Amino acid sequence: MKELIARLKKQFKITDEVYQKPDQTYITVPQEQAVALVTHLRDYEGFNHLVLLTAVDWIEENLFQLIYLLNNNDFKADLGVRVMIDRHEATMTSIHHLWKAAATYQRELKEMFGIDFPGSPRVDEPFILEGWDNIPPYRRDFDTKKYSEETYFPRPGRTTHDPAEYMKKKLYPED
Amino acid sequence: MKEEFEKRIVTGPDGKQFEVDPMKDYFCEDRPQVHQPNSNTVIEKFMNWARSESLWILGFGTGCGAIEMRPLMTPRFDAYRYGIQWRPTPRQANVFVISGYLSVKTLKRVVRSYEQMQGPKYVVGLGSCTINGGMYWDSYNTINRLDYYLPVDIYIAGCMPRPESLLAGFEQLKKMIKAGECEGQNKYAENFDWYKANQKKIIKDWDMPDYNW
Repeated sequence: MKELIARLKKQFKITDEVYQKPDQTYITVPQEQAVALVTHLRDYEGFNHLVLLTAVDWIEENLFQLIYLLNNNDFKADLGVRVMIDRHEATMTSIHHLWKAAATYQRELKEMFGIDFPGSPRVDEPFILEGWDNIPPYRRDFDTKKYSEETYFPRPGRTTHDPAEYMKKKLYPED
Repeated sequence: MKEEFEKRIVTGPDGKQFEVDPMKDYFCEDRPQVHQPNSNTVIEKFMNWARSESLWILGFGTGCGAIEMRPLMTPRFDAYRYGIQWRPTPRQANVFVISGYLSVKTLKRVVRSYEQMQGPKYVVGLGSCTINGGMYWDSYNTINRLDYYLPVDIYIAGCMPRPESLLAGFEQLKKMIKAGECEGQNKYAENFDWYKANQKKIIKDWDMPDYNW
């Protein structure tokens, strides 16, 4: 895997590399090189399976991190391509032309994080949240508990116990 | 409004063209009505006995609780011996088991299916999620209290309840029907505006008739 990264470094500007497990590696590239790198990996390096495409909200850094996790069945290894994109104008080049399944991931990311993928099929149609009128729910500034309490008529009387304390009281009441 | 609900010109098999307004032509505009029990108590008791002994469940799994209904259908727990069976369409069913968490998207389909069911019909809330939201109580997308959207006759608590508790719940439902306590359908008709207001509060892209019978 290290050979592959060294080879890639000649062509692409890889800013960070994480060797998570023997069969799992993550590399970070700038936004404008991401699709070229993913295409290169698919066409020349045998990473022809898109395992998933997901995002992480780095609200403190004002960034979204996109992760393209690719799998190479010959090496039995995964390679994650991480891309940091701007949080306010969250737009990324679509990869639906490489894998048709990517369109579904991109549709989900559009709805849950508000990351736009112009040109991706049906990306503007509602996916799970029909008629959602709030900020996208997976963004970290969305307060899901507050939204639920305001919207879904919570039943009063719900209490929370610390499991350790609760079991201690229940099992050893005399202590 | 969805395309399929919009007014359109249709050409019939005889070549004549006519206008179709699906919201008026395909759905009944009437509100649900309250059905009075038979004035003869002997007949009403007999009818309640008959209703309680033929519970036909709509095969609609809304959440993870649907997995608990599979062992019930099969010989291990065999609910059929109690006169309980599953049907594929709402028109043939009279019990709706809300099996676990209910997302807003599913609730829309649940409301449609419930309203299409034949009366007298009963709703069983399965699992903690239907009572107070269960482990999804602070989720952005699942409801907390089922009884704000549908008239619930009986809850079966647990996360998940075992098939045995489901059988016990159905036995209890039978007792309640025999005692004439399961008037959920009438409750729905009486408080129709309140139920609709609650449903419309969370289903924001309401694109179906108010009553889907």
